[in-house]
Amino acid sequence: MKFIRAITLCCLAIFTSCSTDSDEITPENELADLMKIQTMENQTHLVELYSANGQLEQGYNKIFLRIKNKSDQEFITNATIQWKPVMHMETTQHSCPVSELTKKSGTQSLYEGFIVFQMAENQSEAWALTLDYTIDGAAYTLTAPIQVPASTRRRVTVFTGSDEVKYILALIEPSAPEVATNDMSVGVFKMENMMSFPVVNSYKVKIDPRMPSMGNHSSPNNIDLTQSTSDKLYHGKLNLTMTGYWKINLQLENALGEIVKGEPVSDTTEASSIFLELEF
Amino acid sequence: MKKILYTAILVLLMSSMLFAQEKQRDTTEVVSIKEILLIGNHPKVHQKEPKPLGSIDEYLEASSKINMIKRGAYAWEPMLNGMATERTVITIDGMRIFGACTDKMDPITSYLEISNLSEATISSGQQGAENGATIGGSIDLKRRKAGFKETGWSAGAHTGGESNGEQKIAGAELQYAENSFYFNTDFMYRDAENYKAGGNQEVLYSQFTKYNFSAISGFKLSETQSIEGSFIYDQANDVGYPALPMDVSLARAIIGSLKYEHHLFSETIAHWETKVYFNTITHQMDDSKRPVVPIRMDMPGWSDTYGFYSKVNISLDQHKLSANLSSFYNKSLAEMTMFPDDPNENDMFMLTWPDVRTLYNGLYLEDVIALNNQYSMQFTGSLGRHFNRVASTFGLQSLQIFYPEMTDSKQRYLKSLSSQVLLHKNKMEYTLGMGYGERAPSVSEGYGFYLFNSFDGFDYIGDPNLDKERSVEMNASIGFDNKKWHAKLSGSYFHITDYIIGKPDFSLSPMTIGANGVKVYEQLEYASLINSNVSVGYSLHKNWNWRGKLILSYGRDNNNINLPLVQPLSYQTSLAFRKELFSVEIELQGATKQLDFSPEFGENQTADYAVVNLSASQTLFLNQQKMSVKLGAENIFDTHYSTFSDWNNIPRRGRNLFVNLSYAIQ
Repeated sequence: MKFIRAITLCCLAIFTSCSTDSDEITPENELADLMKIQTMENQTHLVELYSANGQLEQGYNKIFLRIKNKSDQEFITNATIQWKPVMHMETTQHSCPVSELTKKSGTQSLYEGFIVFQMAENQSEAWALTLDYTIDGAAYTLTAPIQVPASTRRRVTVFTGSDEVKYILALIEPSAPEVATNDMSVGVFKMENMMSFPVVNSYKVKIDPRMPSMGNHSSPNNIDLTQSTSDKLYHGKLNLTMTGYWKINLQLENALGEIVKGEPVSDTTEASSIFLELEF
Repeated sequence: MKKILYTAILVLLMSSMLFAQEKQRDTTEVVSIKEILLIGNHPKVHQKEPKPLGSIDEYLEASSKINMIKRGAYAWEPMLNGMATERTVITIDGMRIFGACTDKMDPITSYLEISNLSEATISSGQQGAENGATIGGSIDLKRRKAGFKETGWSAGAHTGGESNGEQKIAGAELQYAENSFYFNTDFMYRDAENYKAGGNQEVLYSQFTKYNFSAISGFKLSETQSIEGSFIYDQANDVGYPALPMDVSLARAIIGSLKYEHHLFSETIAHWETKVYFNTITHQMDDSKRPVVPIRMDMPGWSDTYGFYSKVNISLDQHKLSANLSSFYNKSLAEMTMFPDDPNENDMFMLTWPDVRTLYNGLYLEDVIALNNQYSMQFTGSLGRHFNRVASTFGLQSLQIFYPEMTDSKQRYLKSLSSQVLLHKNKMEYTLGMGYGERAPSVSEGYGFYLFNSFDGFDYIGDPNLDKERSVEMNASIGFDNKKWHAKLSGSYFHITDYIIGKPDFSLSPMTIGANGVKVYEQLEYASLINSNVSVGYSLHKNWNWRGKLILSYGRDNNNINLPLVQPLSYQTSLAFRKELFSVEIELQGATKQLDFSPEFGENQTADYAVVNLSASQTLFLNQQKMSVKLGAENIFDTHYSTFSDWNNIPRRGRNLFVNLSYAIQ
């Protein structure tokens, strides 16, 4: 008898738990696989910043945010947002490459975009993020400090090309490298002035992955990165034949086929002057 | 090529019809074309063998069809008809075993001991296709066992020592046998230090230690039915490979089987046996003993095999038919972890064998026809399905770097056909045979990932899309035998199309520090191999025996370029005196300068050499117990030499004195 009762209970438990499942998007499951970085606030709104690991880091950062109305605790679904990260240095200040902030598809209140922090904070210099947004015609602004520690491996490189242009090149993918053919993507930006970093168009990023700890050997069948018409980023294929530390030597080629920065790796040239790093 | 094949088959079929018309029933025992090599403490061999406690490798090397590739003092790799592991099939009582080392440091013969075995059956070419698809042939090693005989208890102890390399050998065995039950168990231990080449030059990293335990037991279920279980545990530690950049800290095999046998199953089915088996091999390479290496690394490998076979022997008039249905499933996995100098950096890890599963199912048919008391014929045919699958996603993705379109599995059907005519007339014996066979690429050839070959200094990459390798072979022999003389001339020719070999691809960057480049397995249009040998024996007197042997080989590819590891003209001659329980033998063996060698494979010209060996033995009877003492000296003149098959030209052992003592308690 007890046994039957137990079975019945079990069945009930299973069915009731099933019935609570729902495919409806709620603000909570929009955040699946995301971790909160911090909450910023002004008098009217709370802004929650998210990323995959809950942290910002020197280099490319994919960032998600949502705005909550303080008065009714509702999430805003119709905001238009501009963002501007600013590095406050001792003598000057500058911004960095950013994308547009757009509504994440399939969500109601989550906005997404990326920021490339070309430098990390230090004891006397730090980043702050300013959001200018409008909701139903009303404009708001919000500024808060953000923490951008240095990355352990080089994820972004800043250099002046032979054309005297200052470039910023940031690694986007692979974010989780594998011993495989990895889809590689980078963003290439130029510094127009201290506050404007537009995307560079129609260039080519040549790659040569090497393992300095293992005779500086390379891998075969890599495909140099070319610009995609859809996301304006540069995409190619990166082959990693084993785990460990890889130095991805780069050469940046302009639309005319001239190398503006970087050198081919050879027996005498161990590495290019511009490179990115991966370790896994 | 196909035309030649079809013509050959047609000729053979026609000739068989011609013979068949003779319809003579007067059959005699069919002479086997296979070569049988007696091993170890086999009762027949114990008296004659000058060095009964020699290694399996030394026993196998005695065959004129076998050469051993040496990477050190231990674990030599047998080549049959000039072809190494991937082109041959080596089995233990029909069981398939595959080494777990990507660098071929553990041929399966290294997991056995002479105490486990009684003999080796060497079948050339397609004659050896019974246990799996082969090109060069097969070596089937037979387990030693007491059998269903009323011999009761017996025990034995062996010990031996060698001056060069300070090898110490100790072994013990125990057996019990009666009509319906038998049980054998034995233990063997060998331990050797570095050996010295001629001129007292120490060959560093040539030490080894090996333990082997085996047991076998049979039980009669009825007069005609029996079961047999067999088990071997073999472990080698601290094995040095002077020819290679790494040594081995552990090489371990566990080999088990269970066999059911049914004699006189019916009037026609003389014998039916079925066996299930498994074996598991663990192999760990080690560079901790080497003071200077470009980078420290671990390279473990594992190979597990499960299989079965079921075989029937049928006697039907003058036909002796046999059919063998066999299957095995192998799992080969090997890893490589390299430790960077900077301890903060992550280890570098790769799969060098990406967990490759191989499933083989095959049927082999054989018909030996005794046409009359002079002619007999043998036909064999087999069909197998060979299926490979890469089970590791990590490994598959690694290989897809080279082969983006590659899928995880590949299936190949492997066929073989052969025929042999044997004429025994007066004192002469003639054989003529033809065969066709196919093989699938080995795990390394198909799926190897940056396997470093220290001979040519290249990293090797497998190609999963390789086609089958196909071989058309012809063989012939003439033998003569009378009371005083015996002589035999035999030769075999292999025309191998789609011959698999590594070819350099200089667009690829070698992974191994200091490597010369990367080779990818490719297929030559064809390659030709010839092996021929003459052996002569003469009884000078009832106590005196002279033997001589001459071996000549040839191996070229389609551009007439030498293949690697082709034996130069080699010879061996010996004179033995035997009287009652005493024997003494002097032997000269050598080779001429190697004319055909392959610089592409890292070979250079091997100089000519000649070495002299001397041995003596005496058997004593002490009451009921028998004791035999064998003494010998190998390479008496301490010649410094290496042969064509010594990896990286490591020199062979210089002068060596040995003593083998065996003590048997009946």
